Amino acid sequence: MIHAAPAILLLPLVGFAVLTFSGRRLGDPAAGWLATAAVAGSFVASVLVFAALVGHDSAHRSVEQVYYRWIPVGGFQVNVGVLLDPLSITMALFVTGVSTLIHLYSISYMKADPQFRKFFVYLNLFVFSMLALVLSNNFLFTFLGWEGVGTCSYLLIAFWFDRDTAASAGKKAFIVNRIGDFGFVIALFLIFSRTGTLDYRGVFSHLGGVSGGWATAVALLLLAGAVGKSAQLPLWVWLPDAMEGPTPVSALIHAATMVTAGVFLMTRASPILHLTPVSLTIIAALGAVTALVAATVACAQDDIKRVLAYSTISQLGYMFLGVGATAYGAATFHMVSHAFFKALLFLAAGSVIHALNNEQDMKRMGGLAKVLPVTAGTFAVAWLAISGIPPFCGFWSKDAILGAAYGKSPILWAIGVVTVLLTAYYMTRLMVLTFTGQARWETARPGGSPTPGHSAERPAGETQGGHGDHAGEPHEGPWIMTVPLIVLAGLSVVGGLLDLPFLNLEFLDHWLDPVVGHQTNLAYQSAGLKVGLLLATLVVALSGIALARGLWWRNWRRPELEPALLANNYYADDFYSRVFTSGGGAMSRFLAAAVDNRVIDGTVNGVAALARGGGTVLRRAQTGYVRNYALGIAAGTVVILGFMLSRAGS
Amino acid sequence: MIPVSTASGGFPFPILPAIVIAPAIAAVLLFFLPRGRPGLAKAVGIGASLVTLGLALAMAVRFETGQPGYQFVVSHSWIPAFGVSWKLGVDGISVFLVAVTAVLFPVAIAGPRTGEDPKGYMAWMLLLEAACLGSFLSLDLFLFFLFFELTLPPMYMLIGKWGFENRSYAAIKFFIYTFAGSALMLIAMLALVFIDARSTGVVTFDLIANTTAQHVSSGIGAVLFLGFAAAFAVKIPVFPFHTWLPDAQVEAPTGGSMVLAGVLFNLGTYGLVRFCIELFPRASVDLAPLMLTLGAVGIVYGFLVAVVQTDLKRMIAYTLVADLGVVVVGLFGLTTQGISGGVYQMVNHGVSMAAMFLLIGMVVDRLGTRQLTAMGGLQARTPILAAVFIVVTLSIVGVPGLNGFVGEFVMLLGTFLTHRWWAVAAAVGMVLSALVFLWAYQQVFHGRPTAHAAGVAVADLGWRELAAVAPLVFLIVLLGVYPRPFFERINPSATRVVAHVGQVTGQYPPAVAEGARP
Repeated sequence: MIHAAPAILLLPLVGFAVLTFSGRRLGDPAAGWLATAAVAGSFVASVLVFAALVGHDSAHRSVEQVYYRWIPVGGFQVNVGVLLDPLSITMALFVTGVSTLIHLYSISYMKADPQFRKFFVYLNLFVFSMLALVLSNNFLFTFLGWEGVGTCSYLLIAFWFDRDTAASAGKKAFIVNRIGDFGFVIALFLIFSRTGTLDYRGVFSHLGGVSGGWATAVALLLLAGAVGKSAQLPLWVWLPDAMEGPTPVSALIHAATMVTAGVFLMTRASPILHLTPVSLTIIAALGAVTALVAATVACAQDDIKRVLAYSTISQLGYMFLGVGATAYGAATFHMVSHAFFKALLFLAAGSVIHALNNEQDMKRMGGLAKVLPVTAGTFAVAWLAISGIPPFCGFWSKDAILGAAYGKSPILWAIGVVTVLLTAYYMTRLMVLTFTGQARWETARPGGSPTPGHSAERPAGETQGGHGDHAGEPHEGPWIMTVPLIVLAGLSVVGGLLDLPFLNLEFLDHWLDPVVGHQTNLAYQSAGLKVGLLLATLVVALSGIALARGLWWRNWRRPELEPALLANNYYADDFYSRVFTSGGGAMSRFLAAAVDNRVIDGTVNGVAALARGGGTVLRRAQTGYVRNYALGIAAGTVVILGFMLSRAGS
Repeated sequence: MIPVSTASGGFPFPILPAIVIAPAIAAVLLFFLPRGRPGLAKAVGIGASLVTLGLALAMAVRFETGQPGYQFVVSHSWIPAFGVSWKLGVDGISVFLVAVTAVLFPVAIAGPRTGEDPKGYMAWMLLLEAACLGSFLSLDLFLFFLFFELTLPPMYMLIGKWGFENRSYAAIKFFIYTFAGSALMLIAMLALVFIDARSTGVVTFDLIANTTAQHVSSGIGAVLFLGFAAAFAVKIPVFPFHTWLPDAQVEAPTGGSMVLAGVLFNLGTYGLVRFCIELFPRASVDLAPLMLTLGAVGIVYGFLVAVVQTDLKRMIAYTLVADLGVVVVGLFGLTTQGISGGVYQMVNHGVSMAAMFLLIGMVVDRLGTRQLTAMGGLQARTPILAAVFIVVTLSIVGVPGLNGFVGEFVMLLGTFLTHRWWAVAAAVGMVLSALVFLWAYQQVFHGRPTAHAAGVAVADLGWRELAAVAPLVFLIVLLGVYPRPFFERINPSATRVVAHVGQVTGQYPPAVAEGARP
């Protein structure tokens, strides 16, 4: 059923259009259900297309469908179309699958929000854009999706716009992403100027004889775009702030799907990366350093969502490390398994936040395992998965990357392993502080109103609406909130089966082979080395868990373990704001006040003043004879013109 | 040779003169209308602009695809002694500029609230429309100059009489500035005609004849190019000839602001293609680095100055300098993509910026201030206005799927093929424009209302306002999603211009990759 492909894109788009124009008529819960149905339908269509592709033999698993010609100008011809191949359909499957669960969850989570319908409008538009990004058959339509998801991200981070922090966070995300997109656009110019097309197939078939310098420039410029979208160093500062958005948004956009677009783009462009080993090394190093730096910051955060945000940055770093080691299969594997457990972590965190009336500070949580058993249980699965404990999916996917990294450079591998230790540590700290020990929320939150000056999920004025019922004991949400948790937990348990590193069970690697080619996978390593690396990281992960348990168990006040440098993200935001906001602002003010007003306009006004001194015409004009003046000038023009004309003609 | 078709296109009357004359007749009628009938004056104004719209759309629909030359050409000798004729024609460069002008005027006339003396206001608006349409359609240098100058008095009156508190200063500054530029163009025009006449023995202001003549030496050509460019650089406006713009734009009434941003600037960028590049191909190639540099500097400069403004209209006015700088960079890449994309972007920018100033007018009317520091929190109180505003904002910022992206990407791609680093510099605008526009949006719509804003009763968009802005939003989406029919009409003429440059100079288009030939 390859013909189901248009439906993958169209269903969320139609959902978006219907909700935009007649959401009000549909009413509140119905709008959410419609949006969910649209995305679920898209998932079903993806499954059908997937099944059709599986039916082809591996050499022919690439089907192009062109829908219409978008921009035709001379030699520049761009279509709206899709390239259905193992990579794009894998992305579509997990994007629509996870989106469906999160849409479902949101129906309850966003209940009674005055902007309920608008939330689903944005969410459906997001899903459409994300699918355009991954399914596109050319760089430009991918870029449409790329900017589209960025726009939705902006709209959803600033969703509770009356809070200044949310509004600023949305704007920051968009602008920081645009810095990366600048690189993306220049890369497209370079690609077109060399190959004369932006179609993936066309570009990749024109790579014979391109120079290494060209390939490196394109790769690094695309990397700039990817670094912005996937919040890698040095453009990572927007993602923690993005947590201002509603928690389902954090789960869907800022953890499971959109932020992985950078990894997807790198994988899609792998034929270009293959021509430029130096770029691959840069990508790998950047990924490894980002993974490490973000993990250290995650160790010192108190806000549960911020821990998860830094964790996302760190995990994306792993994926870039995988790409740099040409282990595209492993990177994609980790992308999928990360989508399972990180979406679960956020949704479970949302469940906690929801139950505690919008509390996000872990220091004011504790002991929640008793009152939120489903949340705590599913959270624990995700905790083990991200920490790298077998048999959960994170163990397999992370080890696939680390194994490939070892092949590229033992130093990169070592950085990755240290990050494993930190990951296990900060996740265990989160687990212990949130779910075990004494309940600190009763004393912290006697009433229902948020503590002033403290980060709370919703603006103060909107907490009462649907949440008055939470004044008493915290409790689990309804089934539409718990079912997604349970499904994602199940996937986190069995997700490793996608790509096991032995017995020829690397399904995902083999599945992606025809798309990426030239990839490294663990099959090339000796069994002894493979098992040795697996055991080493497992020991490290267990140590991290033990360390955090030892330090934080029944002891939640440990400021000495939360140095200000880490808690403040190495003061990167302060640095950027000093350089760009203050520095740029000063330059802008200088240009506006000194250059524009004094130099340029001063010159003009000086000339005008001279003229004014010479005649009374202007003075009369200012006293009300403007019309005469204007007509006089026009008439004068014609006279002068006629005069000069007669001279010219003679 | 530029192909010229005099076919009527099936219209029972010459369509192009009708497009120009319809608003002019209505304007004259309005002057004779009794003073005490504001409703009638408005009806005449709206009706006449709608009739013009109908004519222009019919023309655009009948416009033949795939033709590089001029269509629907009419020509009558006017001042035979000087070779001046009443000659009108339309090609791919001008067809959508005419159409978008005809779309924007009814919206600018009917959309915003009109102040006192609607009769005079309507008359000047219609006169302005006739002058703008005449400028786009003229195929005679003298006729073009007349129409081009005729845009000044109406605009002057609209700012000077119906503007904000400091309108008088702004109006005079606008007039003197643009008039100074025009004077240089006039001299250059006469010199060109004179020089061509010396070689051919025939004095003619015919645009096509002067385009094909090419008797000017490269040194003189450069001087004459600069004479024309001066007029257009002021009109566009190009940095550093822009300081009339913020004042004029801020003080103009909403309708005037819309026309300034949506139509009048297009006259300047259109002039660059039609006159600077077509008449002086060699000088265009030689001086392209100058124009590209002014454009690129204007982009960065415009946005940087915009971001610290505290007056909403002034802030957006400075972004015009930047946005139009991008168009200049696109055009002077001198490639098919650069010129096609540049023309497309003129249309886009006209639609989006007219919509932007219409919406700004609605915000300012509601809050009674232009000061950003006195706004805030409007999204909660006027969600529909906010939604429309964000769509227009995203279109200007260049989010793909909406119109701005298509034009900007195509023209910068074109320039990249020949002048790589200028295109890169211009692309910095995509970061800065996001910075400026999202900052403006945040201050107006996000957060909580300031004390001033909270103190005013504010209603969301009414039906009349929605009806005014809806066609513009429709175009913003259409031009972004389905640009093909537009490009199919623009491309042949853009290719003609580039080929003309290549033929005269023998060096364009320069060598680029096989498939990427511009």
